[in-house]
Amino acid sequence: MTDSKYFTTTKKGEIFELKAELNSDKKEKKKEAVKKVIASMTVGKDVSALFPDVVNCMQTDNLELKKLVYLYLMNYAKSQPDMAIMAVNTFVKDCEDPNPLIRALAVRTMGCIRVDKITEYLCEPLRKCLKDEDPYVRKTAAVCVAKLHDINAQLVEDQGFLDTLKDLISDSNPMVVANAVAALSEIAESHPNSNLLDLNPQTINKLLTALNECTEWGQIFILDCLANYTPRDDRESQSICERVTPRLSHANSAVVLSAVKVLMKFMEMLPKDLDYYGTLLKKLAPPLVTLLSAEPELQYVALRNINLIVQRRPEILKHEMKVFFVKYNDPIYVKLEKLDIMIRLASQANIAQVLAELKEYATEVDVDFVRKAVRAIGRCAIKVEQSAERCVSTLLDLIQTKVNYVVQEAIVVIKDIFRKYPNKYESVIATLCENLDSLDEPEARAAMIWIVGEYAERIDNADELLESFLEGFHDESTQVQLQLLTAIVKLFLKKPTETQELVQQVLSLATQDSDNPDLRDRGYIYWRLLSTDPVAAKEVVLAEKPLISEETDLIEPTLLEELICHIGTLASVYHKPPSAFVEGSRGVQHKRLPGSAGSVESPDPGAAATETPPAVIPSQGDLLGDLLNLDLTPTTTTGPPPPTTSGMQMGAMDLLSGGLDSLVGLLHQGPPSLSASPSTTTASFGGLDDLFDLGGGVGMPMGALNPPKAVWLPAMKAKGLEISGVFVRRAGVIQMEMTLTNKAMSVMTDFAIQFNRNSFGLAPAGPLQILTPLSPNQSIEPLNNLQVAVKNNIDVFYFSCQYPISMLFVEDGKMERQVFLATWKDIPNDNESQFQIKDCHLNSDAASNKLQSSNIFTIAKRTVEGQDMLYQSMKLTNGIWVLAELRVQAGNPNYTISLKCRAPEVSQCVFQNYEAVLKN
Amino acid sequence: MGTAGGQGEYSPVRLLNRAPTVLNDKVLICRNYKGDVDMAEIDRFLPLLMQHEEEGLLCPVLSHGKVHFMWIKHSNLYLVSTTNKNSNASLVYSFLYKIVEVFTEYFKELEEESIQDNFVVVYELLDELMDFGFPQTTDSKILQEYITQEGAKLEVGKSKVPTTVTNAVSWRSEGIKYKKNEVFIDVIESINVLVNANGSVMSSDIVGSIKLKTMLSGMPELRLGLNDRVLFGLTGRDKGKTVVMEDVKFHQCVRLSRFDSDRTISFIPPDGESELMSYRINTHVKPLIWIESVIEKFSHSRVEIMVKAKGQFKKQSVANNVEVRVPVPSDADSPKFKTSTGQAKYVPEKNMVVWTIKSFPGGKEFLMRAHFGLPSVENNELEGKPPVTVKFEIPYFTVSGIQVRYMKIIEKSGYQALPWVRYITQSGDYQLRTNV
Repeated sequence: MTDSKYFTTTKKGEIFELKAELNSDKKEKKKEAVKKVIASMTVGKDVSALFPDVVNCMQTDNLELKKLVYLYLMNYAKSQPDMAIMAVNTFVKDCEDPNPLIRALAVRTMGCIRVDKITEYLCEPLRKCLKDEDPYVRKTAAVCVAKLHDINAQLVEDQGFLDTLKDLISDSNPMVVANAVAALSEIAESHPNSNLLDLNPQTINKLLTALNECTEWGQIFILDCLANYTPRDDRESQSICERVTPRLSHANSAVVLSAVKVLMKFMEMLPKDLDYYGTLLKKLAPPLVTLLSAEPELQYVALRNINLIVQRRPEILKHEMKVFFVKYNDPIYVKLEKLDIMIRLASQANIAQVLAELKEYATEVDVDFVRKAVRAIGRCAIKVEQSAERCVSTLLDLIQTKVNYVVQEAIVVIKDIFRKYPNKYESVIATLCENLDSLDEPEARAAMIWIVGEYAERIDNADELLESFLEGFHDESTQVQLQLLTAIVKLFLKKPTETQELVQQVLSLATQDSDNPDLRDRGYIYWRLLSTDPVAAKEVVLAEKPLISEETDLIEPTLLEELICHIGTLASVYHKPPSAFVEGSRGVQHKRLPGSAGSVESPDPGAAATETPPAVIPSQGDLLGDLLNLDLTPTTTTGPPPPTTSGMQMGAMDLLSGGLDSLVGLLHQGPPSLSASPSTTTASFGGLDDLFDLGGGVGMPMGALNPPKAVWLPAMKAKGLEISGVFVRRAGVIQMEMTLTNKAMSVMTDFAIQFNRNSFGLAPAGPLQILTPLSPNQSIEPLNNLQVAVKNNIDVFYFSCQYPISMLFVEDGKMERQVFLATWKDIPNDNESQFQIKDCHLNSDAASNKLQSSNIFTIAKRTVEGQDMLYQSMKLTNGIWVLAELRVQAGNPNYTISLKCRAPEVSQCVFQNYEAVLKN
Repeated sequence: MGTAGGQGEYSPVRLLNRAPTVLNDKVLICRNYKGDVDMAEIDRFLPLLMQHEEEGLLCPVLSHGKVHFMWIKHSNLYLVSTTNKNSNASLVYSFLYKIVEVFTEYFKELEEESIQDNFVVVYELLDELMDFGFPQTTDSKILQEYITQEGAKLEVGKSKVPTTVTNAVSWRSEGIKYKKNEVFIDVIESINVLVNANGSVMSSDIVGSIKLKTMLSGMPELRLGLNDRVLFGLTGRDKGKTVVMEDVKFHQCVRLSRFDSDRTISFIPPDGESELMSYRINTHVKPLIWIESVIEKFSHSRVEIMVKAKGQFKKQSVANNVEVRVPVPSDADSPKFKTSTGQAKYVPEKNMVVWTIKSFPGGKEFLMRAHFGLPSVENNELEGKPPVTVKFEIPYFTVSGIQVRYMKIIEKSGYQALPWVRYITQSGDYQLRTNV
């Protein structure tokens, strides 16, 4: 007899009967009754009234019965919180049971009872289970911490469970490690700044070791956790990659994708000329291709991710076009994704094959797929110039099929082809015109009307054609109406004599009979233009149009970087950042890829070897320590810091912990340089790597070309220590040069310096993404404000100084043309700000050259009506792109500049910088 | 929706809930793992799915508000996972398929009846398979050691957690004993081919799979040697033909880092049947069975089909159970066939002719002709262009030439064990597009 019999009892009075059975003396009868209760629960009946009776069955030595009762508890405890307390005793007892299965079962269920009142009773049993001798219990308890945290985070913190959980990362059992990692990651996700997953080379090493031993799921938890780590330098990055690549051979697709995520992210830090970089690229292609043999849903996830990978690193799959060819039995969602990737991979080398395939697809029956295939042919034409002619003739063949939606789609893409290659393929217009009557979709009608208007002078009966549309003007969609209005005005400007009546008609339809404000406005503008200044009208309406970009649907670079960090997740499937679809994630930081190779310099290994790490360096300082790569070695051996120091440093940390968290690291200055005399001793600190160049050591002569230093910290305010300094950018490195002068009467030793968290994080080398741009409480201050703390044996001094934002413009800030276009379009107009630069007497080329020297790059230049428009881009060290359009009118000393940026807060600084550079 | 009735199984997963099945739009069984998604949300799933299906926008991820449904379909059941977080989607789908695998091994068939008949065990399994959205133990052989269908066996004191569950070797238990120690190795290669209507091969590859049936006592260490070109390159040996594997995927048990460093395939095998590895080979394969088809459609009157099949493999080999499936219009009727060998059969529900040849020697060529009537009133529904597909098996032979050079078996008790190897090549996704 099977369990299905429990589903059949549906008599009246059932609850009453069950109650009696549950209280029966006979074990077997009790068990049967509980099964019936669970069966009722499963089919959605409310059996919560039996709560006390079921809980009474909890104390049993029958494991199956116990499991059922626990299951019931999980379902109904929330609705009966008071009675749920009855269960506490049994839980506590079960957590001490000699059988580990029961201990684990109790601790697992406990965490699922989301009743606040009982959670605190559960702390002691949980604490014991976390230290249980049996790994099965420990691995279950580890997850329970995450459950409890979800119910009462404060309790979990107060009870010290988080520390115990962290300790489990060093557990001897791989499954315990994996669950501890999963639980910590889960908790950290809701507390982004908790620094819970204190990832450092030691923990990373433990994780990498556990990776070889745990289950496939544990491997995924660990890989996903690793992906949040930012290696200190390219060597560490490479060594992690080397230990992760074997996972690409795992049979589980999810393990493979998580490994791909880690590799794609860490690869950013590898110098491109490194042999290993090339090796890694080659290793990524085969597993990505193999994912396409997985189950269709997994194929779909893989394809959505490949779409991202292809945009970020096209070289990986450029030879793999064939594997994306569509099979007849692929599900539609797989077909559409494959098509998308085919277009992205299309190049001159493979275009013939691609076109043959697309043509095949265009004769399929699935409407969405066919449309996309036709559109793809048009995109190929635009992307691969050599193929344009073949594409156009393929499209014409398809138009001959007379399949309605194929024809319409073809016309839409041909319009784009005309725009990309003006005056090349207009011979096909006649064929297009033959199909005018079959067009019933607004987009296709609008495209056709655009074509007729644009080439009105070559189409003999253009007026008739347009007139035919005019009859049903008010039934058309806005898109078509607007297009028709413009097309007729174009026609009139080209053939004024025959079409006066027509233009009158359309203008009056648009302005008088329409209640669409856009249409009316456009109508009035044309009307006035035509009636006041037909020459101007011609210049406006028939102006040369900008070329359309080659690549469409490119994901904006910042978003793409974020999505790469989310490979394998829903975000990568939706192509949207998690903040767009996860509730309560608004405050959560956007993930960023680590800075690219080249700007990262590894610390001098020699120095590292002799380093005696001063106790005062807080370990979380690696955040910024990584970033700045400060060399913390004392320049001379000074022995352990004097006892007084620690007091000071504690003080400093306390002070800093308020708003001035994230210590950068400390810099110990040996006494010889400063202790020589109480009068004036000057030491100049350069910054190592990104900010400081300590390399030169003490007393490095100042470069003659340096801008003058400003006094940042007057001696009066700092018990005799005066600091003056300046920021410069040399050879791609930001340097902060300081002169420290001792104006006091006593010796100063034990110097150290720290930076407060600042808007730009200043270095692409480190974990930039931790410093999200512009946290709200900083917005009152200039973004380019840097708060610095300098300490010596006397005290800690704080001052702040501003660095010019141009320090942050990196050398590779030149954006690809089409990326620029896509990005400009993609950034909302709200983010655009306009400024005037007055009294500037450079011509546009001189301005462009001058700006280039501060890493503001001109991407394109257009001249309209004697006005030069310069399109420029710059990239800040933290990966923020700023796009600019600079308008320079000959003879007019006032420039207009429009800035667009995802982080509009920087616009003001950038503008000031333009002003400074151009006027300097 | 296409299939009747809208039954579905909802299974749950990763950050969230539910396992289970729907019966007439009802959930068969479900498990809420995290409690952050309202259980009632699942009621939106089927309507949402149907709406997408009608619009032709079927997608494995559906969302409603802040709730996301990731689903797969198994026979007439839907397994659905719901989440409101940015979950790892690939993990969710792998896990859903794993549930199907585990349930199938437990209950033979995963269907509405088997869920109801075993709902207690199903709940127990759901409890072991995942905790708080984190997949846990999913190896059904190991699960069967402590979760069984006979509840009576589970009396307290007798059941313990098998140490295997949390071991580094989580796929094999200790203390396995066989009288005769043997391991059977099956090397199976599937050929995927896509041929264009004009007869050119658009893409082709080989997907190989090495399956084991392990009947070995204790905890044996195995090492498998293949004629892998990269390995031979590393060791500098060159003994005849080697094979380049484009990509290799291994069972959990294989030490991946070892393979990565010196191409050694070393492992402690799971007991019984398992897939040890799969590989993909990209070389251009000559389609082993070549099909030329001429399908002529005379509207309102008839369809005439001529198919020529040619065995493009060695004369000594024989392809078994060859099936050539040729598409016909859905409104075709009164079939007539003529074949030079084998049998042709009309399968109207699939709109195809299936031509079966039990034994097809290499180098031979066979012919099939079919004639169908068409109604005078034309079906105005546009039909797709399904390709001709072919199925076959050729034993004792691998297209790639891959060979098992050795299988070393070492167990501390020092027993002698025998490895046996079998090779077979079969059709995979084997499609030839047609003109009609």
